[in-house]
This record gives sequence, structure tokens and C-alpha cells, in this order.
Amino acid sequence: MSKRIDVGDLNIYYGDFLAVEGVSMEIEARSVTAFIGPSGCGKSTFLRALNRMHEVIPGARVEGKVMLDGEDLYAYGVDPVNVRRQIGMVFQRPNPFPTMSVRDNVLAGIKLNSARMGKSEGDEIAERSLRGANLWNEVKDRLDKPGAGLSGGQQQRLCIARAIAVQPEVLLMDEPCSALDPISTLAIEDLIGELKQNYTIVIVTHNMQQAARVSDRTAFFNIAGTGKPGKLIEMDDTTKIFTKPGVKATEDYVSGRFG
Amino acid sequence: MTVTTSTPHESSTLTHDQLHRYVPVGLFVAAGALGAALSAVIGFSLPMFVVLTVVIFAIVLPIVSGVVEGRRKAIDRFVTVLVYMAFVIALVPLVSVIWSVIGNGLSAFSADFLTTSMRNVTGLEDQQTAQEGAPLIGGAYHALMGTLLITALAAAISVPIGLMTSIYLVEYGRGRLARAITFFVDVMTGIPSIVAGLFAAALFAVLFGVGTRNGFAGAVALSVLMIPVVVRSSEEMLRIVPNELREAAYALGVPKWRMILRVVIPTAISGIASGVTLAIARVVGETAPLIVTAGFTSSINTNPFSDWMMSLPAYVYSLAMRPLSGSEPQPSLDRAWAAALTLVIIVMLLNLIARLIAKAFAPKTGR
Ligand SMILES: Nc1ncnc2c1ncn2[C@@H]1O[C@H](COP(=O)(O)OP(=O)(O)OP(=O)(O)O)[C@@H](O)[C@H]1O
Ligand SMILES: [Mg+2]
Repeated sequence: MSKRIDVGDLNIYYGDFLAVEGVSMEIEARSVTAFIGPSGCGKSTFLRALNRMHEVIPGARVEGKVMLDGEDLYAYGVDPVNVRRQIGMVFQRPNPFPTMSVRDNVLAGIKLNSARMGKSEGDEIAERSLRGANLWNEVKDRLDKPGAGLSGGQQQRLCIARAIAVQPEVLLMDEPCSALDPISTLAIEDLIGELKQNYTIVIVTHNMQQAARVSDRTAFFNIAGTGKPGKLIEMDDTTKIFTKPGVKATEDYVSGRFG
Repeated sequence: MTVTTSTPHESSTLTHDQLHRYVPVGLFVAAGALGAALSAVIGFSLPMFVVLTVVIFAIVLPIVSGVVEGRRKAIDRFVTVLVYMAFVIALVPLVSVIWSVIGNGLSAFSADFLTTSMRNVTGLEDQQTAQEGAPLIGGAYHALMGTLLITALAAAISVPIGLMTSIYLVEYGRGRLARAITFFVDVMTGIPSIVAGLFAAALFAVLFGVGTRNGFAGAVALSVLMIPVVVRSSEEMLRIVPNELREAAYALGVPKWRMILRVVIPTAISGIASGVTLAIARVVGETAPLIVTAGFTSSINTNPFSDWMMSLPAYVYSLAMRPLSGSEPQPSLDRAWAAALTLVIIVMLLNLIARLIAKAFAPKTGR
């Protein structure tokens, strides 16, 4: 499991509006990569382009290459459904399916694709995924209760369990902790540390300490002004970005003199 | 009369004089007494008493409140009284309709009424009932069956078409086609029901010969009225399904059609089902389209694909407009009212079912 991603000169448009311009980067397998940058600079846009989720938005399109272990995601004939089965995503706001129980939420990726699955197999996957998301002990007695009845932090970990239940190669997380308290945040950060042994992880965050704590590499995005496209300013080892970045704008941003 | 209770602290900026809870009640009783006295002077009548009471109350309460509590509270109380008044006025027709339907309908309403048809019932029997006190015979079983069958058929036609249209509009529709569909659905909403009836009658005349009337033609006419309602209400319900759920499903690699089937529809099903039930309630009492498509009969016909079929609204119409016995219309009118009562009961049951469905399917929360 876990594959690397290479992005080559990616432009992302919403209709006529160029939101992200000319991004190239390498994302290593089995590592955590953090995206930081001021609001509106295109981090979410870029992240969603990595598993073709932007196509859900009418008018959104990309130019350039995104290679998953050498396979171009945007090549002719590639099915976005298959892309997303390999590259999972966790969103800013927890979004468990309200009609499903905790167990069904975890198994949603398998059940919605109506793969056949025995009860014991389902139990096994549910337990493994929930343990993987550090949630098992809290919900093991209420697996049949609605997933929407959990606390916000538990719901977010439920969504992570749901994402890893389908065993993707890559896990994209868009500000997964922004709606959570410090303790749940810590739980998820620990979790990211464990998950990176098996998955390639990309995380968007506004929290510098979080980026510094969890990530191996950090990418700084910036925007010249409203209406201008967002760009990748620099990408380097996290310690380097936070101690002696190569670009002045990065230094200003991480030290809080900006944005 | 002391109207203040909370004595404000000299220094406090938060407390303020307030009317005691019971002061408005007291004022209302006083307004009632004054209204009764005034209307007694002019010549008592119930509507005058009610109107005077309410007007006096709507004037006095804001004045008292303005003196004690200040301008903002006075306006607040005045508007509150207006809102309550509007609500009660809106209720008056509803309550009086139910009141008169129950009052007039109960005399002929019975198990017998619901289980017999009008076959072989003539004006002669009605004259005997009216003049010699013979029991009322003849009921609305054939009309009840007709209404249930025609409405069920109409629902069977409209629900799939309406639901699929709304899914297209919400999940797929972009650009000109979607806008055209929305436009025509809006136009359909405004079609007068008699026009829908004539359309179905003309359609069946072309397909099966002039003068073809049966329950199915009635169902088609009702569908024309029902489809736009189903489209509109389902569309509304599908639109409020949060986009985040769709994205969550996409991110798991779920194909779009399965996402719609397994995530969007289950999330919206309670609203869709109750919308459908209300759409049925909307058309179950339609009269004009059924008269021109399904016709009248006094016998039981449970085959909607051949022969004329009675329905409750047509039954009410025919008995009220053309009583069996010209000289003794009362028994016929009693039956018409009883059928109207049956119709109202059906509509109320449908509303109740809509609520139960909404509750049963609603996404569950809690531990
Ligand atoms: N659905 C959309 N349609 C059109 N423009 C969009 C859409 N989503 C985002 N944009 C625009 O794209 C640009 C980048 O937005 P994006 O959401 O990627 O920023 P972000 O870096 O994630 O910001 P934040 O840190 O606030 O989440 C912004 O200018 C935004 O207005
Ligand atoms: Mg964002």
C-alpha cells in the first residue's frame, strides 16, 4: 500500500478564473506532507485536484499532470471513481451519513459499492478501521447507534475510519482538526503519526504548530492579491521551512508577520 | 391598579418596568366585559361582541404597555396581538368547514353508508325515507372504491415520473434543458384542473374512440395535476441534502448513480414521502377532471380500465346538484354531506400518514 504522487505544472480553473497556477511538487509515499498558506490561496483547490474531487464542482477543470506512482490521473480514459478509491479524502467538517449507524458509516465505502461482504468480515473491517482511527474503545458498545449521534471529534475520527476502511493508497485531509477541541486534535495528530506507516498523507492546516508536529515535508502556498492565482512558493523539509526557509514570504508567514 | 411589579434598582441599567404576567390577561377579560356591555347597548350579536373585544384589547394593551414599559415594548405587544388575530382569522374558515362537514355529514354517515352502493336506489326510496321515516339506503362504497383506485393509479403514474424528474433537476440538470423543464413544471402547476381533465378526455378519445370514459383516464388527468407537485416537493427535499454528503460518498469512490440511490434519496426520503402523500391529498378531492374522464355510475366498478367509474367528489356533485327525488332532496343531500365527510377524513388520514412517514424515515440522532 501507499503510493507517491508527482504533480507537474498544474493549473486549476473555476470556469475562467485561474485559482492555482503552475504547481509542481513531489509527495513521498509513507510520509506526511503539510500544505500551509493564507486563506484563499488555493490549498483546498489543489488538494481536491489530487483525487479529481474538484470535478464535482461545475466548471472546475485542470491543466497539467498528476502522477500516482507513474500513472497520470488525468490521462484519457481514467475513471475518477477508480482514482478516488485509491486516494481517499477527509473533509474540514465531519460528514457522517445521517441515515447510517456507526458500523454502516465505517463500512459505507464498501457497502455503497455493494461489494459482497459477510457479517464477520464486516465486523472485522469495522473494528480494524475504528481501532486505526483511535475510536474503537469509545464506540464499541454503540456500533448500531446513528453515526450522527457522536461528538464532533468522534465524528471526525469516524470519517477517518470510513476513509481508511477502503484501504486507499493516499489519504488527503483538508483541515481535519479545525472544528475540534485540543484533545480531539491531539488524538487525530497521533493518529496521523500512526497512519503514515501505511499511507501517504497530505494535510492542509492553518495551525503552524500542527504542521510542525505532524509533517515531514511542508509546502507553502501564497497569493499575490485577490483575483490572482495561488502559487506554490516553496516546499521543503518541515524543520527547514520552520527554521530557515529559502523565501522571505515563507519566513514572514510561519513567524506570524503575515496573514 | 398597580401594574408594575419589579421595582428597578436606582442604579441598574438592565432592569426596566414590566407588566405583570397577568396584566394582559386581566385587560383581555376587561375588554371582554366592555365589549359585551357595548354590544348589548347596540343590540347583542356574537360577531360584534368578538370584534369589539379584540379591537378594544388591541388598543388598550399597547397604551397601558406604552405608559409602563415604553415605546418598544408597546409596539411589540401591538404586533403580537395583530399576529394572533391574523392566525385566528386564518383558522376560522378551516374550523367552520370542518364543523359544517361534521355537523351535516354525520346523519347519513355509517358503516352501511361505506359498504353499499347506489345501485337500484331511486327517488322512491328517498321519498319514503323523508315522508315515512324509512331508513336511508344507498351509500358511497362504489365512489370510495373509485376514488381509492383512481388516486392509487394516479400516484403510481406520478411518483416515478415526478421523482425521476426532480432527481434529474437536482443531480444532473444543467443549462437549457433543466431550465426548460423547470419552466414547464411551473406552467403545469398552474394548469386549471378542468383543463387537465379535458386533456385526458381528448387523449383517450384519440386513442380509444370518442366518449371513452374510465378510471384510468381519470388517473391520467389527476397525474397531470400531481406530477408538478411531486416534482416541486421532491426537488426541494433533494436540494436540502447537504453537498458534504455527496462529496463524502464521491471521496469513497462511489459512482454517482449509486451515490444518489444510496445516500441522497435515503437522506431525503422522509421529506419526499410526506411530500408525495400531501400531493395525493391535494388531488384526491379533484372533481372537474374526474367528471369529464371517469364519469358517473351508481354501481360498483373495480376495473379502472373499462366502464365509467364513480369517485367521491363526483358522487357529492351529482347528489347535491341532481337529487334522486326532486321533491324530497334531503336524503340525497345527507348522502352528499356524508361523502364529503368521508373525503375530509381521507385527506386528514393522508396528512397524518405524511407526518408518521416523515417521523419514521427521519435520520436518527442520539445515542
Ligand atoms: N467552487 C468554487 N467556485 C469558484 N471559485 C472558487 C470555488 N472554490 C474556491 N474558489 C476560489 O478559489 C480560490 C482558492 O480557494 P480555496 O478554497 O482553494 O482556498 P484555501 O487556500 O483552501 O482557503 P482556506 O484556507 O480559507 O480554506 C479562492 O479565490 C476561491 O474564491
Ligand atoms: Mg480550504
